[in-house]
Amino acid sequence: MQKDPSARIVNTKHWGDYFLFSIESPIIATQALPGQFIMIRVSSRDYPLLRRPLSIHAREQNIIDIFFQASGLGTALLSQKTSSDSLDILGPLGHGFSLKGKEDLEDREVALIGGGRGIAPLFFLAQELRQRGAEVVVFYGGKTRSDLPLKDKFLKNGISVSCSTDDGSFGFHGFVTELFEAETEKKSFNFIYACGPEAMLEKTGQIGLQKDIPAEFSLESMMGCGFGACWGCVTKIKSKMGSEWQKTCEKGPVFSAKNIIWLNENK
Amino acid sequence: MIDLSVDLGFLRLKNPVIAASGTFGYGLEFDPFINLDDIGGFVVKGLYSRPRPGNPPPRLAETSSGLINAIGLPGIGMKRFTEEILPQLRKYDTTLFVNVCGETEEEFAEVVDFLNGFDGIDAYELNISCPNVKLEGRCPALNPEDTYSVVKLVKEISTRPLVTKLSPNVTNIVEIAQSAQEAGSDAVSLVNTFLSMAIDTETRKPKIANIMGGLSGPAIKPIALRMVYQVAQHVTIPVFGIGGIMTGQDAVEFFLAGAKAVEVGTANFIDPAATVNIIKQLEQYCQTQGIDKLEDLIGAVDVSS
Repeated sequence: MQKDPSARIVNTKHWGDYFLFSIESPIIATQALPGQFIMIRVSSRDYPLLRRPLSIHAREQNIIDIFFQASGLGTALLSQKTSSDSLDILGPLGHGFSLKGKEDLEDREVALIGGGRGIAPLFFLAQELRQRGAEVVVFYGGKTRSDLPLKDKFLKNGISVSCSTDDGSFGFHGFVTELFEAETEKKSFNFIYACGPEAMLEKTGQIGLQKDIPAEFSLESMMGCGFGACWGCVTKIKSKMGSEWQKTCEKGPVFSAKNIIWLNENK
Repeated sequence: MIDLSVDLGFLRLKNPVIAASGTFGYGLEFDPFINLDDIGGFVVKGLYSRPRPGNPPPRLAETSSGLINAIGLPGIGMKRFTEEILPQLRKYDTTLFVNVCGETEEEFAEVVDFLNGFDGIDAYELNISCPNVKLEGRCPALNPEDTYSVVKLVKEISTRPLVTKLSPNVTNIVEIAQSAQEAGSDAVSLVNTFLSMAIDTETRKPKIANIMGGLSGPAIKPIALRMVYQVAQHVTIPVFGIGGIMTGQDAVEFFLAGAKAVEVGTANFIDPAATVNIIKQLEQYCQTQGIDKLEDLIGAVDVSS
């Protein structure tokens, strides 16, 4: 992990309030692993004060991509930046998805489940998994059709995608977890990776337990620093003592699904 | 060559910029980003005798130019600190302060007594803003008598200099600082965070699980500066200024107000190199102002009319 104060935006795209930025940062790009994230300073002034955590969506040589939804003050400010703007970023941060060796992944069926902006880290992951010989199926859910802007990107890269919308405007009518559960009746999956709203992850975890499929989830959290100094972002994790708070930024953001203890108040 | 060192009487700092407790982890978290030898010192996260889990989330809320936290002082406790962390910190050529906490006066004494037995610590900072179980959850920092009592007890045991960290959540911080001085504190550091609150207007719930938390960041700087100025007028021991310092210029304000050193807190989250940048900016300020020794700035605010 390093600080790159002079990373540069080289390309931007957007679909409604979803944004895809390509950022040139050789030092961060060369170290990045799927599931890791960066902390971006969205303002050089004192408000908003904190950096924003964004998972690494793709990596191509010296370039990393981020995919985000302008949903709050910080991401709205970030979304206003344009090509050639410089960015102050820290990264790559955290522990990403565990990528087993080729011998473990070759010809294995792996399900990637993304809800809304939670699709972000799964593209980078899908590419790395495919390089290792895994069969990747992406389940991509949104509230409505416009919440699925990346479906064509996966398809163009030869990655199969099944979509769902809560309102039925595109693909399967219902939750992405229902779409996935139906698919497990037809196909046996060896592993699940997921990122999205907590309710989606909790349900995915239940399906994984029922079908005996190991799973890893990338969690979203507000963070103070992103590198373990503030202890502000914690997840309840099973431990020898029963449970403990672990720093999401440092021990995560990817955790083994069976170890996560979901908190009712966060639903 | 500008001399940034400061003489505290009981310690000499190579420069007056210290990373504040609770914002710098155990120091090691910053090793990937900065050379820790470059900073004046750092204060490790508050240590109790035993490990503590801390508060449930959400622990943080961002506010206008500020950050509210109710982390709840989680930590690994004094034993694991000396076994796992302290040996790794000894290689750094900087001043190491250990922030000491306690649920009772006796626990403060227990932690200091234990840490006295280990090399590599330069001074203790007493966090008297932690809730005390014998004072009905009140913290000792809220009144002069409780402050005097805990500082006196710890001072008798401590083999190292003692810095007492003061809470701003009081009517008259000067009398608390004077109590700490009378009890034998070698310095005071101020201010800790301001008790505060933020509410989500959609859910009508507090933004922090603990309901209230401590406000830090640039939002508190002017109040912190005023308190440092007032305290520096009325104590003879060194004052460390803390509160929203983001830049070298912010730090200069605290020196002019009478601080002999500054602690940088929230800025470390936004930029892990904040301390180092502030030191560079201090050097530049001295250069442009034609000042050879940074110590010449201390208390040099011109209040004449």
